[in-house]
Amino acid sequence: MLQLLLNGLAVGCIYGLVALGFVLIYKATELVNFAQGDLMMLGAFTCYMFVVWYGAGYWLAFVLAVVTVALFGAALDSAVLRRVLGQPQFAVVMLTIGLGAIFRSFASIVWGSEIYTLPTPFSARATRIAGVTISHEYISIIAGTVILCAALYAFFTFTRVGVAMQAASQNQLAAYYMGIPVKRMFSLIWAISAGVAAIAGILLAPVSLIDINLGFLGLKAFAAAVLGGFGSIPGALAGGVTIGLIELFSGAYLPQGVKDVAAYVVLLVVLAIRPQGMFGTIARKKV
Amino acid sequence: MADALLTVSNLETYYGPIMAIRGVSFSVPAGAIVTILGANGAGKTTILKTICGVMDPLKGTVTFERREIQGLDPDAVTRLGISHVPEGREVFPFLSAAENLRMGAYTRRDAAGVARDLEMVYDYFPVLRSRADQRAGQLSGGEQQMLTIARALMARPTMMLLDEPSLGLAPRLVKEIFEIIVRINRDRGVTILLVEQNANMALHVADYGYVLEIGRIVMEDTCARLLDKEDIKEFYLGMKSSSVRGTRRWKRKKTWR
Repeated sequence: MLQLLLNGLAVGCIYGLVALGFVLIYKATELVNFAQGDLMMLGAFTCYMFVVWYGAGYWLAFVLAVVTVALFGAALDSAVLRRVLGQPQFAVVMLTIGLGAIFRSFASIVWGSEIYTLPTPFSARATRIAGVTISHEYISIIAGTVILCAALYAFFTFTRVGVAMQAASQNQLAAYYMGIPVKRMFSLIWAISAGVAAIAGILLAPVSLIDINLGFLGLKAFAAAVLGGFGSIPGALAGGVTIGLIELFSGAYLPQGVKDVAAYVVLLVVLAIRPQGMFGTIARKKV
Repeated sequence: MADALLTVSNLETYYGPIMAIRGVSFSVPAGAIVTILGANGAGKTTILKTICGVMDPLKGTVTFERREIQGLDPDAVTRLGISHVPEGREVFPFLSAAENLRMGAYTRRDAAGVARDLEMVYDYFPVLRSRADQRAGQLSGGEQQMLTIARALMARPTMMLLDEPSLGLAPRLVKEIFEIIVRINRDRGVTILLVEQNANMALHVADYGYVLEIGRIVMEDTCARLLDKEDIKEFYLGMKSSSVRGTRRWKRKKTWR
């Protein structure tokens, strides 16, 4: 029971992190990036590449992979997505879905379509506390998420650039008037959410193995973001954890097959009762 | 004008195929308050947006401190010392009032100077000090308007562009805000370009005025003289002229003389 709770929490954290990426980009640029899951996949593969091909240590590879994917995210924004700002949402959705497909085929060309395991310091280790076996992989996911969220919170609340990013996402025009370089802020947001996706991918790698379809997890993370109220950062994490827990518990106690749909059933119910999601608010502008 | 801080010449700006500014030229001397009057849709806001870089002109030049600035990005224009107070209280609704003010000083690096200026704007707008920790979205309309002016002041601008600061405010508040605008100009030497529909107020605080109609400047003069013109009185101040017989002609033509 406790074991299940812990594992559900860990899986939920991954969903939450990817959902966080969705929300960050949506809040800032009002784009929905459906390639978020595939960025996560790229993160896992890049880390794998540094560890297995080039023999880098896990931590070095971790940092290198996150930085690489974050830079890639920023480049993606300035080269591709900046051009579709202001275009209909539909165009953006198709574009990011297309980008996701490109990333997947890129991954299969470069790294091949086999399934890989990423050796980590946490692999196949476990601690027993009070009769519960806790594997270090799951602990690392939860701890990683907590640390990352604390760091992001501190960044957005206490640093000048962080507050400016909030400002730019709340009122783009006014941010321009303040002399905030809004375009650079958007690229930075993309870098952060790509970096967060990469971290999620790397943390997930020892648990779920790496293959090019890792990115389809992004769909569930999207559900998590909607469940939490699209546009709410705590909501994204709460939504992710909720979906993770529902998935594992329904897998354990309910008939076969329910596991895969349980999360979506809950999503439907929540949206029927509270259309703005768990943490969503309906913003009104005072006139 | 040789000593002009800002010179706009032959400016033409379009919204898609629609020509909003049809070749406008004017200049703002350093240290002055200059106002642009005009009805809805005359192009007043578009002029300000073109100066501060949110819109790019098709033709014409904007010269600030002898440097052409048309077509620059708005953040670059702000860095040169032009602060824009946009129409309609564009605050950052989920940041506190104090954070909003600090964002106004985003381009500045001197922490001590920013702290001093924060005290300075609290002196101009004491109500903001008591609202410092509240979210800007929760402030009243008048407080939000004060916040946007204060925020622009935090950049320590050479020049401020004010777009309809009186919009939607109670008459007493309008008076208060205009008094502060004059104080900012007198005490700190900030040059002000003021765009207003409230012609009475604007003509009383400004030194020089331009009248804009459908994208063109139709009249310019010192505000004291503008206040005496028949057309201004009738069409902008709402004072009716009556003929000898006490009846009014059905429609008077604007002559702009």
